[in-house]
Amino acid sequence: MGGSLAIGFIIGLPIAIGQVYGRKGIKVPLDAYVWFFRSVPLLVLLFLFYWGVFPTLGFKLDALACSIVVLGLRTGAYQSQIFRGAIMSVGEGQLTAAGALGMSKLNGIYHIVLPQALRISLPGWSNEYAIILKDSAICFALGVLEILTRTRYVVMATHEPLLPYFFAGVLFIALTYGGTKIIHIVYDKTRIPGLVGRM
Amino acid sequence: MPNENVVLKVENIYKNYGNNEVLKGVSFEVNSGEIKIICGPSGSGKSTLLRCLNLLTRPDKGHVWLEAEEVTNPTTNINKVRQKIGFVFQEFNLFNHLTALRNVSIGLEVVKGMKKNEARQIALRELRRVGLEEHAHKYPAELSGGQKQRVAIARALAMNPVIMFYDEPTSALDPQLIGEVLDVMKKLAKEKLTSLVVTHEMGFAQSVADEIMFIADGKILERGPPRELFWNPKHEMAKLFFKRIAELYRREGQ
Repeated sequence: MGGSLAIGFIIGLPIAIGQVYGRKGIKVPLDAYVWFFRSVPLLVLLFLFYWGVFPTLGFKLDALACSIVVLGLRTGAYQSQIFRGAIMSVGEGQLTAAGALGMSKLNGIYHIVLPQALRISLPGWSNEYAIILKDSAICFALGVLEILTRTRYVVMATHEPLLPYFFAGVLFIALTYGGTKIIHIVYDKTRIPGLVGRM
Repeated sequence: MPNENVVLKVENIYKNYGNNEVLKGVSFEVNSGEIKIICGPSGSGKSTLLRCLNLLTRPDKGHVWLEAEEVTNPTTNINKVRQKIGFVFQEFNLFNHLTALRNVSIGLEVVKGMKKNEARQIALRELRRVGLEEHAHKYPAELSGGQKQRVAIARALAMNPVIMFYDEPTSALDPQLIGEVLDVMKKLAKEKLTSLVVTHEMGFAQSVADEIMFIADGKILERGPPRELFWNPKHEMAKLFFKRIAELYRREGQ
């Protein structure tokens, strides 16, 4: 899950930068990537990559690794749009001022735009954490031993569905709450007066 | 360069946006230690002109030299040139996530590769120069408009520019905040810091400028010493423009 979020971040941020600042030749494939991963249902993606794309490409990934990668590729598409909005909200004047000092565009993006954009994107980003946490439940379709799969084992063994599923739900609530709480703390610690409001 | 005294030489700059001809052949020079003012009606291409000179906007035609180097030569490293031009924006454009001090020092660190501590010392010195040393730790949102613009001036000064460009530096300010910015600019002018200033502040122009260039319709229509141009313009558009400004001053009691 953390792996998927990290993959998504590593993919999403460069996509956003490319979409905002790139030439057309860069933008078109990036747009296509985002469009594809946002359009296809997760279950279809999982089957497509697990049974189709990875074997065809010769990657031997087990169900867990495949789930992490596919969730990562997908959240990357979503995260890119969070970062893109944040980057665009920073305003052109910031990069112009960096350029006027003699900073290269890349340096300006790295030192001036991204530190602001990442702060702005945190509230939206916490959504992605909550969503991907719960999406991970679908990976039981590939037989991954995630929370739902384990719960089903318990249900099948005990023939008692209510309590196990209830506790699975509670576990998801706890994980979502804990994670978003941590993101809130990071947000408040890195908050800069006037740049972003209190969360 | 024929004359070593010339810091900035601008030759026949043209710029179109689609069918809109913004600049139609602008030429002038700025000598070392000179303060030149650009003024004119809004939409006359003043800001575009400044931006064409350090290639924030690329001119369609024409040449610009900064000291011995041709800025408009495609092989020129424009980032090197821009370090030597201090640019002050109408909207300040301070880096919102950095304190006043870091706003001034970041260019030194990232562009000039200076050590953090050395950059800090220079930044403090420049903030002192604009009278804001005690506000060094504040973020832009915690500063008034006038203070923001003074930090922006300090940020430009820290790079040790050979010339300063001011693009309507007081136009976004409340009237009571204009004075503190103009005072800093006057002080720098008296230190003979070569400057090119787009402004309508005629009080400032008359006290420090060597020449006013009146731009309208993408061309320099008239130029001359501040007093001469302000009180006795020849061109019809200049007459109307300076008359309006004089009326404005009278109404504000300046």
